[in-house]
Amino acid sequence: MSEPAPRSVDPQGLLRQQVRWRLLETVFWLAVLIPFFATPTYLVLCSQIAIAALFALSLDLIVGYSGLVSLGHAVFFGFGAYTAGLLSAKLGWNEPITGLLAAGFASMLLGLLTSIIVVRISHFALIMVTLGLCLLMFELANQAHDLTGGDDGLQGISISPVLGYFNFDLYGYTAFGYSLAVLFICFLIIRRVINSPFGLSLRGIRENPRRMPAIGSPMRGRLRTVYVMSATFAGIAGGLLAQTTEFVALDALSFQRSAEVLVMLVLGGAGRLYGGLVGAIIFMVARDQLAGLNPQYWYFWLGLLLVLVIIFLPNGILGGIAHLVSRVRAKK
Amino acid sequence: MTDAPVLVTQGLDKSFGSLVVASDISLSLPKGARYALIGPNGAGKTTLINLITGMLTPDAGRIVLGGEDVTEIGPADRVKRGLVRTFQINTLFPNLTPLEAVMLAVCERRGEAGTWWRSLPSYGAAAEEAYGILQTLRLAEFCDRPTRQLAYGQQRLLEIALGLAAKPKVLLLDEPAAGVPKSESGELFEAVAGISSEITILFIEHDMDVVFRFASRIIVMVAGRILVEGTPAEIATHPEVREVYLGAHHG
Repeated sequence: MSEPAPRSVDPQGLLRQQVRWRLLETVFWLAVLIPFFATPTYLVLCSQIAIAALFALSLDLIVGYSGLVSLGHAVFFGFGAYTAGLLSAKLGWNEPITGLLAAGFASMLLGLLTSIIVVRISHFALIMVTLGLCLLMFELANQAHDLTGGDDGLQGISISPVLGYFNFDLYGYTAFGYSLAVLFICFLIIRRVINSPFGLSLRGIRENPRRMPAIGSPMRGRLRTVYVMSATFAGIAGGLLAQTTEFVALDALSFQRSAEVLVMLVLGGAGRLYGGLVGAIIFMVARDQLAGLNPQYWYFWLGLLLVLVIIFLPNGILGGIAHLVSRVRAKK
Repeated sequence: MTDAPVLVTQGLDKSFGSLVVASDISLSLPKGARYALIGPNGAGKTTLINLITGMLTPDAGRIVLGGEDVTEIGPADRVKRGLVRTFQINTLFPNLTPLEAVMLAVCERRGEAGTWWRSLPSYGAAAEEAYGILQTLRLAEFCDRPTRQLAYGQQRLLEIALGLAAKPKVLLLDEPAAGVPKSESGELFEAVAGISSEITILFIEHDMDVVFRFASRIIVMVAGRILVEGTPAEIATHPEVREVYLGAHHG
């Protein structure tokens, strides 16, 4: 009868509530295994989707969570791709996992170098500088024909079986399994980063950079860290593409790739962890289907989709769904 | 020397081109004092707060906090040393909940906000502390709602909560009741009055009733310089103050 009144709120519980692993997440990660059984002829495409998803996830760290903008994120993707590709093609380093780590490490270093400039500017200047860095790297790779193969692409990559067992096959079983495993591991790391005190401080910067110094936050340091992290994951995604296709085309560094990954993120919903994943799936499947009908016409549909999403779902598809769910709950 | 001042400014000058916004500002605030900073619009009150907190760099003069010269130190590092401000215009995190926002400020103070490999809920002590601050300001009930959904008055309280989370030695409140109806501003200042007497407070306020009720000393600024500083009784009877400032209201 006279037991002490329970604390109305448990603050730690509230925080735990927000970061807990949801049932829907388990469903999602089980669902992405379906192609193995349902559409085995599409595994090559599925592998590309997983790679695009990882690339979009890496961009989400800076665009969605920290409020930076980048129109040149392909610079890290391509740098990782060439690193992994050159390791195999020129040095004969064919072991995939260490090759992938090397790709991530190379892009991390490039991220560290460029972050010096990037965290000092914002808005239009940031868009232009990130774009400029990407164009610069594109032209460097183009000119270094002897090393990179220029616009013929980098050939002669040959990747050993993953873990010494899984051969890269023509149908993409290994490619998809490998890409998916890497995506999942990176996702878990990024999820932890987002749900950490560091992740909260990133959201603080995004929400109000003016307030951050007034609560004692060293903003530039935080932005540098997340920029380097984002570069690393983008490099891993690029490395994955090089390894699974055993080829690196110059377009890994292209402006188009930078723009497409941003489109995927915006479509899915930036700052929502799953936005990049959902965006990558929709973008890549739509391109595959629509380009099958008429390759030229695909951009018409993409443009239409983008305009409609921005007008009606400014927070992306996942943002729209979340809004709908909260309205239904509010009515109850 | 138990009464060593916590915050001292010596001869602070600042001008933008030919416009002098601060001229020879010298202050000395003892521990636990409640200072009101008053003056007509454009007198340079907010500018002074910006100078003290490092958001503006003075052309001349020194700022000393607890015996340490902080004139050359950046805003974030001054906060770490206990020199904290709030803003006249809400400067909050619209899509964070109050709990998250205060938790962020607590984590920054504890030097934990750079940690990316541990999950936020594992910081139990920080969560309890953040919640405790929200409780003292009667915001606990709303702690898990996005800040943008809070009533305006609650957002003003959250401004103060973010300041308190930094465990200030000196708290500079820039018009804490700005935009709050006169009928509610007393309530807001009750919350300010409830702040630990260990903390030195300097607040800007226009409502003279509130100023005389809550300030132990008053500084009057006019046109970028300090006109006079004294107890409420001295200020109330000071002829020049009546003429320059009170006169405009009471006349």
